[in-house]
Amino acid sequence: MIENYPRLREFRYTLFRIFRNPTAVLGFVLLFFFLFVAVCAPLLAPPKNPYNPYMMPHKGYSPIPRPPNSTFVFGTTSGQYDIFYGVVWGTRTAFRVGLFVVGIAALVGITLGGLAGYHGGIVDEVIMRFVDVIFAIPTLVLAMAIVVAFGRGLNNIMIALALVVWRNYVRVMRSGILTLRDQDFVAAASVMGVSDFKIILRHILPNAIYPVLVIAFMDMGSMVITAAFMSFVGLGAPKGYADWGQMVALARNYIVGPVEDPLRFWYTICYPGGCIILFVLAWNLIGDALRDAFDPKLRRG
Amino acid sequence: MIAFITRRLLFLILVLFGVSVIIFGILMTFSPERRAAAYVATPQQAKDIPRIIEQYGLDDPFYQQYFRWLGEVLSGNLGWSLVATRPVREAFLYLLPFTLELNLCAAPLIILIGIFLGTQAGIHRDSGLDHVTRVSAIVGWSLPTFLFALLLLMVFYGYFALFPPGVISDDIAIWIADHPDIYRRFTGMYTIDGLLNGHPEITLDALTHLVLPVTTQVIVVVALLMRVMRSGMIEEISRDYVTTARAKGADRRTIYLLHARRNALIPVITVAGQLVAFSMEGSIAVEVVFNRQGIGQWLAASATQLDMPVLMCMCLFMGVVFVITNLIIDILYAHIDPRIRLG
Repeated sequence: MIENYPRLREFRYTLFRIFRNPTAVLGFVLLFFFLFVAVCAPLLAPPKNPYNPYMMPHKGYSPIPRPPNSTFVFGTTSGQYDIFYGVVWGTRTAFRVGLFVVGIAALVGITLGGLAGYHGGIVDEVIMRFVDVIFAIPTLVLAMAIVVAFGRGLNNIMIALALVVWRNYVRVMRSGILTLRDQDFVAAASVMGVSDFKIILRHILPNAIYPVLVIAFMDMGSMVITAAFMSFVGLGAPKGYADWGQMVALARNYIVGPVEDPLRFWYTICYPGGCIILFVLAWNLIGDALRDAFDPKLRRG
Repeated sequence: MIAFITRRLLFLILVLFGVSVIIFGILMTFSPERRAAAYVATPQQAKDIPRIIEQYGLDDPFYQQYFRWLGEVLSGNLGWSLVATRPVREAFLYLLPFTLELNLCAAPLIILIGIFLGTQAGIHRDSGLDHVTRVSAIVGWSLPTFLFALLLLMVFYGYFALFPPGVISDDIAIWIADHPDIYRRFTGMYTIDGLLNGHPEITLDALTHLVLPVTTQVIVVVALLMRVMRSGMIEEISRDYVTTARAKGADRRTIYLLHARRNALIPVITVAGQLVAFSMEGSIAVEVVFNRQGIGQWLAASATQLDMPVLMCMCLFMGVVFVITNLIIDILYAHIDPRIRLG
């Protein structure tokens, strides 16, 4: 029955190719685990302050972290913030940052790349020259410059990163469209009288979107890393906010403990750091598997 | 060839112009009052702000302010850095060698290790080495640089007390500061200056401090290069000329290393160039974590303390690095692939 609908058949085959890869399965398992933690955050770590659940609760102000014990499952970090709480609600922050940045950037990038690719001519020239210029500055540097202009805070980091990262998608989208635009089926549709907009929507976009998807998945991870670093440096979330990068920043003075026990405060770095690594790993594994699955040279043996 | 290089240099100027417009535009999102506030030290002087706006022309139209700023930059005045309490240009020239030292040590390692391990993984496909490189590539791409640096510091400095953070040991730094007549600053890099001044122990000390930062940079970046080299090698080995050469009896080493690898190098050069150009970005995290002075740490401090002239200088610098690296890559392309004609 499904065999009558070619798109569904292709979709099912692609799913099969994705999940044949054991690393992809691992990636999806990790991703669903994080999704579960993010969705069930209020249940796993009940917020003390229901109006601002992202501020980690702290019992006291002592700067020395306490190791894991019965009350604080992962221990406390400098300032007596609960690490378990921060890690759980930090998952929500990570998803927020990643989805916002990649969502907006991909939308802008796809639109501009689509315009450039489909219309060509002066529009294409202008957009691509602008993208060439903006590629000259590394992501982190440009994002820092924008954050300096707009001010600190997690929201501004997200806006700044979105304003920088859209450039990744323009070239890929444009090249996909350029390849497809000259194909026979597009010419046939155009001759038959299908409107430009419908051609883009139903024929070109679904085919050109695959490389963009791969980059989007990889970028989810990269953006969380960049945002975590900016929080670590102090440009991001305020002190005490449930953000993995911010938690690593709190642990900065306790990387090396006293001489007789240098690894005493390992939990302050390893728990939030481990979460960052696993989160990014999940998205990277899935993106990698998608890239292998979408590669037309490897399809059908 | 000369025409090509001239055209690329013109492109450099255009890109720098574009970058400067963008970065100036970001600066201009500040209102005139906010920009004037940089010249005001105390709240009592706040009533001077309208006069400052008038005096420095902070209310003028965009293009007027832009060309005024451009004139200043081209004559060498990049502004004053609050963080470094020095003119931006002076601080930049002082701090650049430290970052260059780090990247110049890391770049050859990245390229050599990446190419070597990548070819081996490509030749011996699906072997143990191949899987190890694939896993390490994924893990390396998922590791935040700053986190990996922290972990290395924790283990190798905290637990094993081996490689300390910073650029140089305190006692040597004090000795250098006390003896400006004996120790002259030639290049600004302690490794080279130590040798040039006849004090190899300074070089040795600087190298000890370089081990962890360079390791961090290399491990985080080399994974991508390995992957690209590996896929290039796999594609080349499957080509007909390799089969022909094997059939003719040429030994595998000659074919793979002399012929196949050379052809597989083209995408690798692109990636290697990009990695080297953007290693400045990676060195920000490394310098911040290991507390090394350099333009990366200066940039992070300036961003936190809202020091705009520094950020503008760094963006311009990155633009220059980017275009020059692209130029070098293109010249290397033409050298390696005779099919590509520059033009």
